[in-house]
Amino acid sequence: MANNAEVILLDFWPSPFGMRIRIALAEKGIKYEYREEDLKNKSDLLLQMNPVHKKIPVLIHNGKPVAESLIAVQYIDEVWKDKAPLLPSDPYQRAQANFWADFVDKKLFELGRKIWATKGEEQEEAKQGFIESLKLLEGELGEKPFFGGENLGYVDVALMPFYSWFYTYEVCGNFSIEAECPKLIEWAKRCLAKESVFNSLPDHKKVYGFMLELKKRFGIE
Amino acid sequence: MAKNELKLLGAWASPYVMRPRIALNIKSADYEFLQETFGSKSQLLLESNPVHKKIPVLIHNGKPICESLIIVEYIDEVWSSGPSILPSDPYDRATARFWGAYVDEKWFPNLKMLSTAEGEARDEVIGSLVEGLVLLEDAFKKMSKGKAFFGGDQIGYLDIAFGCYLGWLRAAEKMSGVKLVDEAKTPGLVKWAETFSSHPAVKDVMPDVDRLVEFGKSLAAKFKAAKTGS
Repeated sequence: MANNAEVILLDFWPSPFGMRIRIALAEKGIKYEYREEDLKNKSDLLLQMNPVHKKIPVLIHNGKPVAESLIAVQYIDEVWKDKAPLLPSDPYQRAQANFWADFVDKKLFELGRKIWATKGEEQEEAKQGFIESLKLLEGELGEKPFFGGENLGYVDVALMPFYSWFYTYEVCGNFSIEAECPKLIEWAKRCLAKESVFNSLPDHKKVYGFMLELKKRFGIE
Repeated sequence: MAKNELKLLGAWASPYVMRPRIALNIKSADYEFLQETFGSKSQLLLESNPVHKKIPVLIHNGKPICESLIIVEYIDEVWSSGPSILPSDPYDRATARFWGAYVDEKWFPNLKMLSTAEGEARDEVIGSLVEGLVLLEDAFKKMSKGKAFFGGDQIGYLDIAFGCYLGWLRAAEKMSGVKLVDEAKTPGLVKWAETFSSHPAVKDVMPDVDRLVEFGKSLAAKFKAAKTGS
């Protein structure tokens, strides 16, 4: 039986990567201590637990750190395997889930960042790339309620956090994601109806405010 | 037992392609190796990996699996009766995956830059590469627990994930004249590199270093020409 004795999450509220771990822990009903990091002044614990990258999120289980959000989600799925499985049991379906979660990692964060942080041609290209990526994901979802089938799965957990940044991307990029990818937005609303997801995502207007602060701090127009 | 039809789309010089080849060798699984021509992509590749259009792609009974480390995990799970590639303990698995991601995202990109970087930038790249190797030396000590491989007695996930870069590492050392893996800072890795490279599951799929140097030189020349041409 998995030992819940001590689970700590070092996180930063607007991070989509941190949100993934929050959702996974909530889906499994795992009690944990959430610690907000000030990224301008990283804690000794963070630097000790993730000396290689010095980044959040870091999951700490019984004193042992697991860094990198998807690796942490897989770890959670393997340790607390008796409740709400996130990865499919069939190896081929697992490989597909891994593929699409990796796809989300390769595309969305960087393209999303360019949408809010750049202008002109660079921004247009990023918007196009972003929409193309979402359309591919819509294709993968197909008629299923969730990427995981009847229930939330690994790809749902990997992708859903970016939804809290959609409003920010839309305002900065002056476009509507719902107009381009209506099925994906329907999917997102289904996910949000789940407590584990709803409680793990920040308010999207708050995220927008955070982005404005970042722009100011880094002198981005 | 179900018939296993295995095709692997790849290329001799690609470290990523080596990964599933080593995994299939460990499992004693037979496969058809279909070489892609450098500079062009076959119809089969474009159909099997429409999203990224990259090698390696494993096609198992007609179904494609993409992304080298995902393929390795798939092979480990399907050929579950063969020697295990991933450790069974979840924390050890997370550790192996962490370092696999590290070599791909942080370490290898620096190695690629070594052939084209100049002056101060080159010194920085070399510094980062050596720093990374020292981190991997430490990981090796902890994970091998005195045995020959990152995976212990047998080749494991991180041996495959990192070991596939050894050909290019040696080629880069030859081309740059800089010794990156050395006895002073990374003695464990020096020994491991030897043992890994001569392992029966590895030695026939490890590309010849001189051939890689030739290939690397022609790539660097193309890159330089493209830069000055624009």
